[in-house]
Amino acid sequence: MGMKETEARGQKAGTKNPRLSVNIAGLKLKNPVMTASGTFGYGEEYSEFVDLNKLGAIVVKGLSITPRMGNPAPRIIETPAGMLNAIGLQNIGITTFIKEKLPFLRQFKTPVIVNFFGDTVNEYVQAAEKLSAADGVHGLEMNISCPNKQAGWRVFGTDPKIMSEVIRDVRKATNLPLIVKLSPNVTDISLMARVAEESGADSVSLINTITAMSVDIKKRKPILANITGGLSGPAIKPVAVRMVWEVYKAVKIPVIGMGGIMTANDALEFLITGARAVAVGTANFVNPMATLEIIQGIERYLIEEGFSDINDIIGSLKV
Amino acid sequence: MIQAGDTYDPLLKRPFSIFRQEDNTLQFLYRIRGKGTLCLSNVKKGDTLDLIGPLGNGYPIPKGDFVAVAGGIGIASLYALIEQHKNRAHAFYGARNKDELLMLNEVSKFSKKICITTDDGSAGKQGLITTPLKVFLRNNHLPVYTCGSMPMLKTIFNIIKDTELKCYASLEENMACGIGACLGCVVKVRSEKLEVRSKKSGVRSQDKKNLTVYKRICKEGPVFDLKDIAWE
Repeated sequence: MGMKETEARGQKAGTKNPRLSVNIAGLKLKNPVMTASGTFGYGEEYSEFVDLNKLGAIVVKGLSITPRMGNPAPRIIETPAGMLNAIGLQNIGITTFIKEKLPFLRQFKTPVIVNFFGDTVNEYVQAAEKLSAADGVHGLEMNISCPNKQAGWRVFGTDPKIMSEVIRDVRKATNLPLIVKLSPNVTDISLMARVAEESGADSVSLINTITAMSVDIKKRKPILANITGGLSGPAIKPVAVRMVWEVYKAVKIPVIGMGGIMTANDALEFLITGARAVAVGTANFVNPMATLEIIQGIERYLIEEGFSDINDIIGSLKV
Repeated sequence: MIQAGDTYDPLLKRPFSIFRQEDNTLQFLYRIRGKGTLCLSNVKKGDTLDLIGPLGNGYPIPKGDFVAVAGGIGIASLYALIEQHKNRAHAFYGARNKDELLMLNEVSKFSKKICITTDDGSAGKQGLITTPLKVFLRNNHLPVYTCGSMPMLKTIFNIIKDTELKCYASLEENMACGIGACLGCVVKVRSEKLEVRSKKSGVRSQDKKNLTVYKRICKEGPVFDLKDIAWE
């Protein structure tokens, strides 16, 4: 849509109830605010604070075919305007998730997107098949930021060739909307996004955490037991916005933006830059009601700026 | 979990034990140790802070006399127990020096007996609190309630591991959410005893010879049975 047209529509609309719903790969979200995987548990943990029906989508903690114990402690450390985590993909496994967690999530009218991963292509395929057969899973998000056991522990998401292979195989295994979560730990993220698109992804989400490290100078030891961890929080937001911009220009599939979103204004930066939806992560830890406040803030912005439809601001960046 | 500052640095809320409750107020006792507690110390009367709580599981209520072992600021976690069960606590209170023995007068007043040690000998006996504790527990079979450093807890574990004594320890760890979502604050727990509980929320290890699981300190804890912890 041309910039002039958007502005003209925005100015005359001035509605009290702007449309907030967006479509992601065939999934209709009532608003563009989702939860970021790994920061919202399996939904239940936050249900005391948040009416889960109000969310655009719930993205649950990453799951694998077999349960994972995770890394030793310390697993997290705060850094300036951010935090490092090395949880080590601890999870209850897909079977237990389907049996014990999914029934709770089924009572809500909010789409459930399951983040999943594997050590091998085969584990990804098995996970996708199993999740696709479960009642109450509406979409899949592939975490490709983990190492491939069969390819010398090279990370799936940083090598275009092995990334393409795993996405193609998962694509064949599921009819659910397939979102590929991109790693920011690459030189050219737009290339990775194009590879994901060509390999069959319906959408890309970005960014995952940025690999980082903190040192205890007294002990002269890394603070995290895992040595390195993933940086999240407000510190990474400008990097994330830049990457969303690069990816938005490079692909036709919808982009889901995340990385350090704390407020509605942060979310709006991503939406204006081209993200069709956003995910709130670390902010959930700081304020368990962050998602709801962000949804309200986005609505307020649309009213104040005279937009009747969220889609009119998505990708409306003037450059 | 208490908000420490009003900027993004520090970003996360900080976990604290409730120190005391009095006339509709909650009181927290802390030592300035890092960025978060330093920010908290600048909070002025009348300021507002976000707080989420109470969270997790506290100590079981003692049925009779008990032993309270506090290492330094660990007293913040045990104080209410001592105050609310007057003349029931055999208190063992250790710290680096005299100045770090906070609330010492009150602890003495409300305890049945108190034993003090400091690293530098500036109050009580010089040495570790676990030394007199070991002697005391030989002849007194009372449940132990404790909060302090991991080395102290491990020493207590070694004292009680071959006995019938119960020991409840409140653990500390870096936390992000405090409500069991981030899986950031974990402790390795032996799972034979916890098979049933682990089904619901924990993750079982694949290694069958040495079954251990990571438990969330914020949710399944912060108080654990010291004998359940899988000491390395």
